[in-house]
Amino acid sequence: MAVKGHRVGMEVSIAVSHAVQLARAEAIAAYPITPQTHIVEHLSSLVANGDLEAEFINVESEHSAISACIGMSAAGARTFTATSSQGLALMHEILFIVSAMRFPIVMAVANRALSGPLSIWNDHGDIMAARDIGWIQVFVENGQEAFDHTIMAFKIAENYKVLLPTIVNMDGFILTHVVEALEMLDQETVDKFLPDYHPRFKLDPKHPLTMGAFAMPELFTEVKMGHQHALMTSYDHILKVWDEWGKLTGRTYHPVERYRTEGAKVLLLIMGSLAEVAEVAVDEMREAGESVGLLKLRMWRPFPFKALREAVAGAELVIVCDRALSLGGAAGPVMAEVRSALYPLAQKPAVVGYTVGLGGRDTQPEAFKEIVRLAREEAAAGPSQEYFLFGVRS
Amino acid sequence: MEKFGYAQSQKFDTYASRLLPRKEFFTSGHRACQGCGEALAVRWVCKAIGEDAIIAHATGCMEIVSSGMPQTAWMHPWIHVAFENTAAVASGIDAGLKILARKGKLQGKRPAVVAMGGDGGTSDIGLQALSGAMERGHNFTYVCWDNEAYMNTGIQRSSSTPYGAMTTTSPPGKMSIGQSTQKKNMVAIAVAHGIPYVATANPSYLFDLYFKVRKAIETPGPAYIHVLSVCPTGWRSATDLTVRIGRLAVETGVSPLFEVENGRYRLTVEVPKLRPVTDYLKPQGRFRHLRGKELEFIQKHTQAQYELLLQKCNASYPEFPLISPEEEGQE
Repeated sequence: MAVKGHRVGMEVSIAVSHAVQLARAEAIAAYPITPQTHIVEHLSSLVANGDLEAEFINVESEHSAISACIGMSAAGARTFTATSSQGLALMHEILFIVSAMRFPIVMAVANRALSGPLSIWNDHGDIMAARDIGWIQVFVENGQEAFDHTIMAFKIAENYKVLLPTIVNMDGFILTHVVEALEMLDQETVDKFLPDYHPRFKLDPKHPLTMGAFAMPELFTEVKMGHQHALMTSYDHILKVWDEWGKLTGRTYHPVERYRTEGAKVLLLIMGSLAEVAEVAVDEMREAGESVGLLKLRMWRPFPFKALREAVAGAELVIVCDRALSLGGAAGPVMAEVRSALYPLAQKPAVVGYTVGLGGRDTQPEAFKEIVRLAREEAAAGPSQEYFLFGVRS
Repeated sequence: MEKFGYAQSQKFDTYASRLLPRKEFFTSGHRACQGCGEALAVRWVCKAIGEDAIIAHATGCMEIVSSGMPQTAWMHPWIHVAFENTAAVASGIDAGLKILARKGKLQGKRPAVVAMGGDGGTSDIGLQALSGAMERGHNFTYVCWDNEAYMNTGIQRSSSTPYGAMTTTSPPGKMSIGQSTQKKNMVAIAVAHGIPYVATANPSYLFDLYFKVRKAIETPGPAYIHVLSVCPTGWRSATDLTVRIGRLAVETGVSPLFEVENGRYRLTVEVPKLRPVTDYLKPQGRFRHLRGKELEFIQKHTQAQYELLLQKCNASYPEFPLISPEEEGQE
């Protein structure tokens, strides 16, 4: 029986900081970067007013933010941070170390284009440059999901069988700065769902540990294998937490969400908040009698190979809409991974990739209709170009 | 450990080495070079900080020689993350301990937080993180192991390499005398942050080092200790001269021993008459190429720096209102 949260209208960034408050995060280190700022500003005021019992450090860079988070987590505190774009890029070196050292830090990333040229607007260039950091990574498409997944991220990350840092990706501005209606849970409910944090390992003079030893060639591969194993097996634990959340709130999440996919010959595949825009396009195409459905890739790491293969069964064409470019390579990173995941299938759909909405370029439902039309032509002509950059003004 | 505290040390005019702790926290079996002054310093700093401490260490010589998986030379809880972020990691540990203590989740006494890094990890790549941590006033002690170059990667120059020294990236040649810049003054940079305790130290003066570390640990807020560490490998000096060269650094005025408490400078080892700098430079192959004019310049520069330091030590300082209203409220 699901609990009834109270319904509020709230900016999504504020909702995320309330999720962090309800999760009783104990330590936060952050550096301001647009469009992550509202999250950390609100957290600062929650701490300043005594509404969240936590230590908040305003560090001097994102590199130090994530480094301080390691210290906080290693000391044994439940740790949160948030960043975006250049900030995530500045953290890059340390992100790999966080996951290799298995610190269950939770980070909200307000997805934004990477410079240059400088752009404060939304795309997925920042997180795609960090896709191999060994963290659990999920994408959300609206305020409710941002709220839900922030709380769940702590429970997933801190599971002794997981112990991996977790990123909740949310589109900068077009999601973080939007006021939405969502269901807020009360503290008692969240406390029951997410108990007090007790670290598996911490820096403690009574039980001294050496953390961060280096590895010679005869050990490095095995350590990496252990990390890979932890990330791949986190899949089942993530589903368990999502399932528990579903029973608690009535909102159940899946690694690959389906929208009007019944019998669809053509499937759009999207990550993040543009999926809601694509829903409108799919509705209209369905009404016009077209066999088009929508897949939303929620779980990015670990990559949901099985769920994706099941979700495309019966489709003839999968159109992947990327929000980032792999310049000089396979262009859309999501398209490249989807195509690679489907390649072993005996009956596989054609996969065509379009990169849309770079650096805040507005993407309306009409765009998705146009993409479906173009992709159909492309697929009918046989395999040709690897990808397309959609909406380039000539 | 308390009986060896700084306050207690002030009751004695002389110290007996047998009063110092016998317990080893930086154990034998590590892979430091023969005659490593840094390993000697680490060993004694670790004794001085005592059992109740957490160490964050930067990438560098002391990390590499001591922590090859699955072995460790560290008896303290110890963490290494990367090269340039040690002070930030220590900031996080301090914040983590603070909130855990406030929430009653920390059993027993709050451990001391100590960050350690080499001169490259401190004065070059780690300077920003260190500056941030000092400015924010974290309760931690930062110890810089200064062997005056990137020894771990093969003796490349850092901003802490002294004028004239030969390194693999500041080689003397027809167009070069070796390192062409003066050593960065990390102590002055630390002092400029207005932190309560800053000191220089050197393992050739063990008691001085030991009690400065105790004082740093017992001082609330940030403390910075700059430890000159003789490196036979990089300095091209005989391995059995490490302790002597460390002494000569002090006796020639090249690397004086002093402390700065709340902005006030004080010499801790007074040298009535400085020896000529050549006494210090001669046993080191890295200075072998230097000739008359260059040596004279180094002598004059050292003299001037030393006099400046004496002036700071003899200066009269105004009283600052050191207690903020916020701190007053806590008492």
